[in-house]
Amino acid sequence: MKKLLAASVLALAAQGALGDEIRVLNWQGYGTDLDWSLEAFTEATGHTVVHEYFTSEQEMLTKLRTNPGAYDVVLINAAYTAQAQEEGLIGPVDATLISNFADLDPNLTGNEDLNPGGALHGVPWTWGLTSLAVNAGEFPDAPTSLSVLWDPELKGRVSIRDDGLEAVQFAAMATGQNINDIQDMDAVKAKLTELLPQITTFWGSENDWNQFMAAGDFAVATYWSGSASRSISKGLPITFVVADEGAIGWLDGLSIPASSTHKEAAHAFIDWMVDPEFYVKWDAEGAPATSNANAAAALPETSFNRKVLGDPATVAKVQFMRPVSEENRETYLKLWQELKAAQ
Amino acid sequence: MSSLSARQDRIRAFTLLSPAYLWLTVAVFLPLSAMVFFSFLSDVPFGDREWHGTLENYQEFFQTSTYATLLWKSLKLGLMVTGISVLIGFPCAYVLAKVIKGRSREALFLLVILPFWSNSLVRIFSWAIVLRGNGVLDFAANAVLPWDVRINLMFSPTAIVIGLVHSYLPYVILTSYLALQAIDDSLIEAARSLGAKRRTILTRLILPLAAPGILAGAVLIFVPVVGSFMEPRLLGGRRGTYYGTVIEDQFVAVFNWPLGAALSFILLAVVLVILGAFSPILRRART
Repeated sequence: MKKLLAASVLALAAQGALGDEIRVLNWQGYGTDLDWSLEAFTEATGHTVVHEYFTSEQEMLTKLRTNPGAYDVVLINAAYTAQAQEEGLIGPVDATLISNFADLDPNLTGNEDLNPGGALHGVPWTWGLTSLAVNAGEFPDAPTSLSVLWDPELKGRVSIRDDGLEAVQFAAMATGQNINDIQDMDAVKAKLTELLPQITTFWGSENDWNQFMAAGDFAVATYWSGSASRSISKGLPITFVVADEGAIGWLDGLSIPASSTHKEAAHAFIDWMVDPEFYVKWDAEGAPATSNANAAAALPETSFNRKVLGDPATVAKVQFMRPVSEENRETYLKLWQELKAAQ
Repeated sequence: MSSLSARQDRIRAFTLLSPAYLWLTVAVFLPLSAMVFFSFLSDVPFGDREWHGTLENYQEFFQTSTYATLLWKSLKLGLMVTGISVLIGFPCAYVLAKVIKGRSREALFLLVILPFWSNSLVRIFSWAIVLRGNGVLDFAANAVLPWDVRINLMFSPTAIVIGLVHSYLPYVILTSYLALQAIDDSLIEAARSLGAKRRTILTRLILPLAAPGILAGAVLIFVPVVGSFMEPRLLGGRRGTYYGTVIEDQFVAVFNWPLGAALSFILLAVVLVILGAFSPILRRART
């Protein structure tokens, strides 16, 4: 109700002056570009929203570098926030302009990767896991270990994403290592060498994944929690598994480029995005987990995010991804290319 | 007087050729030089990124065996696809040029060119439907054969070769067809009347005369196949890593344009060396 009042006050204020047009840079189909939400946002604040998309973090950084002033809100994974801040691409966020800020999980708003240089540079928005999903028909009891990827019985029915960093991280977890501090690269290499013959093909997008899983090409594959919740809500018979060895956790924040010319409208949009009302509706369509404690509490009991990611025992197993140094990134990529070339 | 007309000729030639050269400069020379420039940089020169000139990108190729292995793999793929395309394409062209006459030839010609008119991605995805387990091919084989067969060619080198041959076959058919059409039928009749057998006519008369067309088709196929990335990626599965896919990764996934450009020019150099080595044969074929 308070939110509604604030919104209508804003709307009144906006009626005099025309609202701003803000430009948002994000992955396509990732929450910020839902039509019903944007219509409501424009109605409430008078600001209109235009989207531009990226397909990799590197592309996002390149776009910020080459088009200063072109964007007002950008989605940045917490592992990249510090790099963007260091390069002067994003500016600090003013938490006082975000009315929902007090409800956000303090563990997330205080996350050191989102606070480079001691100031908040990204408002925690969503988080999720990269873990495994299995065909529920073939696994009446969900596997509990990552070793299912190496199961000789499933040879040719396993898939992972074609991404060196992620492949190395999974192998690190399977060999009992910390994904942010991999010591034994030889063990990782040996594990990946065994993994490759198991793989049928690499998946590249959610759509790919759904098709391969529906056709029976995959029995087990790595998957994102947000995508899993969408696939399940569409009726695909899969089970999302967080293995005992762990899962890769990621945190996405919304940042404001230093060169933005509509900072106030940008803050209003971020506030809109972390609002429980928006999140609960988004969750029904399949969304990653929210940073807003009130929003999480407002989810129905049956929601994937409440059932799977709301379980503290699950969350305790997750290894959250920290920034990866350029040097390590290159080492992982080289290893991955070498292994793929040998196939 | 004669010098004046020569000058006029030169001016006329220049005006007539200038659009073509302008086009070559804008569409080929400028982008290629930009890529040459990139290949000697340490980082993409966008925004505030630091960069300087370097040879490291070229050295990278020799530091690990990965790139050389992949290049060799891609060259083998190129040879195989070219060989199969010629083996299938030449007989097709021969039948079109020498056996079939009249309207049915036009219809068949249309069928040959038809794949060209569809988007290459659509073609690859249709192959995926045919080749996969439980796919069209599997279903058809099981419907015809009395015993149970499992055909799953998807995500294998075979699938890549099938997809590429289908994409590039029209080139060799078209070039061979033009060369075969130019052969005067009376030459073949003369050979026959002098008692030459069919095989002799083929090996001593038709093949040498059609060689320029076949070779032109082979070169047209070989060069793009060595650099191909879409077919290997979509049809090859985990075995679909080739030299072309690594170059694509540098541009699309890891944003290391300098390395991608350097790898592309190494490929260009290797292909030029191969074509150079074959040029004596090409020249002999022309005369």
